[in-house]
Amino acid sequence: MSAASELPSPQRHALWVRVSHWILAFSVLTLAYSGFYILLVHPRLYWGEVGNDLTPALLELPLNDNHRPDAWQQTVTFDTLTNAPISASRTGDIFNENGWARSLHFLAGWIFVVAGAFYFAFGVVTRHVWRDLWPRRGGSYSLLQRWAYTSVAFVLLPFMVLAGLAMSPQVVAAFPVLLDAFGGHQSARTLHFFGFVAISAFAVGHVAMVVLTGFGRHMRAMIVGR
Amino acid sequence: MSQRFATRRAVIKGLASSAAATLAGCSASEPPTYGNVLRMGDWLTYNAHRLLLPRQSLAREYDLRDISAAPAIGTTDPTDPSQGGFMREFAEDYARLLSGGFADWRLTVEGSVAKPSSFSLEDLQRMRSRTQITRHACEEGWSAIMQWTGVPLRAVLEAAGVRPDARFVQFHCYDAFVDGIDMLDALHPQTILAYGMNGRDLPIAHGAPLRVRVETQLGYKSMKFLRALVVTSEFDDNGPYGQIQNGWSWYAGI
Repeated sequence: MSAASELPSPQRHALWVRVSHWILAFSVLTLAYSGFYILLVHPRLYWGEVGNDLTPALLELPLNDNHRPDAWQQTVTFDTLTNAPISASRTGDIFNENGWARSLHFLAGWIFVVAGAFYFAFGVVTRHVWRDLWPRRGGSYSLLQRWAYTSVAFVLLPFMVLAGLAMSPQVVAAFPVLLDAFGGHQSARTLHFFGFVAISAFAVGHVAMVVLTGFGRHMRAMIVGR
Repeated sequence: MSQRFATRRAVIKGLASSAAATLAGCSASEPPTYGNVLRMGDWLTYNAHRLLLPRQSLAREYDLRDISAAPAIGTTDPTDPSQGGFMREFAEDYARLLSGGFADWRLTVEGSVAKPSSFSLEDLQRMRSRTQITRHACEEGWSAIMQWTGVPLRAVLEAAGVRPDARFVQFHCYDAFVDGIDMLDALHPQTILAYGMNGRDLPIAHGAPLRVRVETQLGYKSMKFLRALVVTSEFDDNGPYGQIQNGWSWYAGI
């Protein structure tokens, strides 16, 4: 017998927990995949309202050649003043799969938001959030585990939705407070990227812990509820 | 952009055609519900925005000192055969108009209007004008702040007399692209037909002599090199010249 089988038996997950877990897991995975494709078009990050190939970047991610597209016509200044804003025309082609990537991202986003709202409502009503996830001692999850679940489910993921909405021209026209809250369109984009990094780190840790502490047992618990 | 469209077209085509077969029962009269299972999310977004968000909120406007560097992408010269939107017939017309300083250029307005009309640049500049400093958000992920001067699209539509059945305005351009917006965005106070940028005439790379500014949607809806407006009562994907055929969402408010 492995050490794993001597651990306390895992949660008996309710049906609504199992269903929403897998819908949310699949939609977050899809959001990460499509989001990465969206990022590949312009892997440069900025701070504030404005950032483009003609302005300095906060961070250039060397994921492909798009982080340094140098096929530009000679720049022209908008007026005769020194340090005036400039313009230039791109002559080269860049990798862009945003047509399907954006549509897939928002489709997955809708599924995530609907399933997330359902999960949150049921979680509060059934006291699942307080009993199993809220950072406190007792129950079958450790304090560290509870901190991880709570901060991802109730802080990081809602933050990602808000940072995403802060990039939508129609939404920020209606709620400009989102722009101020994130420090601008490009800041929201940059924070959305770091949120993706944090969620990916959680997902890797989460799956690693599941594998290390009895993969079959945990999968059974989350699929058939034991 | 040319190859970009071509690549995307190739990638999407297989997916889209198989999905189109499945969704053949869906009507093409409403945007953007058909052709591709991915469009379901775009459809939800469009309808949720129209249902839940206040109508015609103004996009944020900025100060002169916020004006930034501004890349020009997509078609930057309709007479250049190496660019995506190149079409010989349009390119020859455009070259001729450009050599005359756009004096012979006309914007035609037709479709569901009481008086199909055509406007010279001077006609449009004599109409009421609006100057706004706004943020251009590209679907690629970058943004820029620029000052635009032009005539509100509403004023042009009023001059032509929009009929009550009008639901969409389609923009036909010298770079061969065609795309449209619904009447809510068309009558938005910040939706203008811009002939000036940063206090100067609109440069060629940015769409001279006239381009649209749709401040509540992503940059690709702000079509450049305008030649005609067509007001329609039916949704039209504009075939191979429309954005949907190239894999883009028709609605780009997100």
